[in-house]
Amino acid sequence: MSILINKQSRVVTQGITGKTGEFHTKYCVEYALGKVCFVAGVTPGKGGQQVEGIPVFDTVEDAKNSTGANVSVIYVPPRFAAAAIDEAVEAGMEVVICITEGVPVKDMILTRYKMRDQNTILVGPNCPGVITPDEIKIGIMPGYIHKKGPVGVISRSGTLTYEVVDQLTQLGLGQSTCIGIGGDPVNGVKHLDVIRMFNDDPQTEGVVMVGEIGGTDEEECAAWVKQHMSKPVVGFIAGVTAPPGKRMGHAGAIISGGKGTATEKIKAMENAGIRVTRNPAEIGKLMDKALN
Amino acid sequence: MKVHEYQGKEILRAYGVATPRGEVCFSVEEAVAAAEQLGSGPWVVKAQIHAGGRGKGGGVRLARSADEVRQHAADILGMTLITHQTGPEGKIVKRLLVEEGADIEREFYVGIVVDRSAQRVVVMASSEGGTEIEEVAAQTPEKIHKAIVDPVAGLTREQAKDLAAKIGLPDTVLDHAAEFLLGLYRVYWGTDASLAEINPLILTTDNKVLALDAKLNFDDNALFRHPETKELRDLDEEDPNEIEASKYGLSYIALDGNIGCLVNGAGLAMATMDIIKLYGAEPANFLDVGGGATTEQVTEAFVIMMRNPNLKAILVNIFGGIMRCDVIADGLVNAAKEVHLSVPLVVRLEGTNVVQGREIIANSGIEITSATTMADAAEKVVAAARGHR
Repeated sequence: MSILINKQSRVVTQGITGKTGEFHTKYCVEYALGKVCFVAGVTPGKGGQQVEGIPVFDTVEDAKNSTGANVSVIYVPPRFAAAAIDEAVEAGMEVVICITEGVPVKDMILTRYKMRDQNTILVGPNCPGVITPDEIKIGIMPGYIHKKGPVGVISRSGTLTYEVVDQLTQLGLGQSTCIGIGGDPVNGVKHLDVIRMFNDDPQTEGVVMVGEIGGTDEEECAAWVKQHMSKPVVGFIAGVTAPPGKRMGHAGAIISGGKGTATEKIKAMENAGIRVTRNPAEIGKLMDKALN
Repeated sequence: MKVHEYQGKEILRAYGVATPRGEVCFSVEEAVAAAEQLGSGPWVVKAQIHAGGRGKGGGVRLARSADEVRQHAADILGMTLITHQTGPEGKIVKRLLVEEGADIEREFYVGIVVDRSAQRVVVMASSEGGTEIEEVAAQTPEKIHKAIVDPVAGLTREQAKDLAAKIGLPDTVLDHAAEFLLGLYRVYWGTDASLAEINPLILTTDNKVLALDAKLNFDDNALFRHPETKELRDLDEEDPNEIEASKYGLSYIALDGNIGCLVNGAGLAMATMDIIKLYGAEPANFLDVGGGATTEQVTEAFVIMMRNPNLKAILVNIFGGIMRCDVIADGLVNAAKEVHLSVPLVVRLEGTNVVQGREIIANSGIEITSATTMADAAEKVVAAARGHR
């Protein structure tokens, strides 16, 4: 088992003919069952072409009707990304993963509003994607560092997630599913949504939750963990040294109005029984201890 | 992106939001002329820098005569204004706003931002104007009233009136205040702002509602559809190193410590800063080279870090994913040769082709300390910065 995606997922890549889309599709197809899972691409006006042996369609609707795609991944440029999400939602995709960085917040507010009564689950934007090791990789993460196993990973970052996954794998701890939820202020699933899924997933025995400064998502997740979580959770918050008012790379990683500090988040997580380390080199070891 | 108060007020007026009349000035003569144009006074002479807290720092002064305008303008223009937001080095004032004075009956606060939990825009208002809203939020949160906005309907007249009433504006001005709030919301939504803050919003003795101050920030990701906003950028107000870095796709922020960090990815960059602190030192900067880390980018990153006189050592922490470690190692070695680093360099590479990457560094003939884990890297760089290697 896993969450969100597995070997049965059938993926349509929006923006497959672009440089980024084509580049990453190649690696996704090569990973595990990617050849079977990646069934379609979409670029308006380029229907009928092929990329990496994958047929390209003009619309997500066409791609779905011809191939049975139920998951979409988006690499289109930022100014068109929200419209691409809208199209995927309207076509009834079950999961939409938006990799694109730099989507205007206003576009995302409108997109989230349009999605409010839909069942589609959105991951991102501005995220590395989702991987269920040994089955399917959707996104830009290096596949080979992952290993199938019992640990669920949720993170707002890209390379910091790879760092954590690598530590786990080196210790012999595989992963059920790893999800980068992205670093934007208005986006799809939050820590809380993902940790609920991990709690319900029989394969997942423990969860690593990697957060960063800005917003209150980690606090909200911690409050839920305290009440409902039946599996051990290990946490790390990046940005203890970040000064207030400065945006640390991600649009959402900013301490503003006295809210969103690492100290506050760590306190909330520890209060909820989450094992938090201040040392990013110790995250894997802490998970190992929690499970054994 | 941030803009000056006078620019923010020009935008407000364009959307029909009331502000005192005023003029931007770049010299003492312009200030005196502007004051005469505005009428008989009194006037307020306001330093235009992007940081807040200008009043407390002596950058906002009342003038009752043309001579006082001249005096204040001469004092403020060119002064180094230090506020809690400028840092101890302060900011040199190059622009003034000369404004007609207003007779203040009461001060309020209004702010518009994105509420991340609601995933919508929220309009906040408080009776506690003029003070730091963070303090109000921390000590008397019940004095902050909020309205979450439906993105399709926009802020409604009912919501606006309700907020105005809740913060204690008198019944007779509620319609007028609602008009103000609706206008401010139109500014926020129409310009892709990320913050619109009026502190204070004032009620004058003759029952007018005005924006006495204006702080507008804009979503950088949406500037492509607002060329008119882009033109308001004042490079004097930004760190030249940050501007330089952004030209190369680097995200750089100067900090107070002495260990330079060069990392790929924002989350890992923050975690690297944190682990340096954990091992007893302080980071000199945040620097995210993004996913690529080409020779050109790394060279530029080294150049920028080396400009910091406090720099004692550099830590490079790269997790090579799709981008292979051997390619990154080549870039690092070339950059280090080009820049002639005068401080110790510790490199930690992990990820794809890491063995080849480490070999390239070991055989480069350049003095580089190689590290394996993040902890190892932090320990080595902190020791190097302290001079015992």
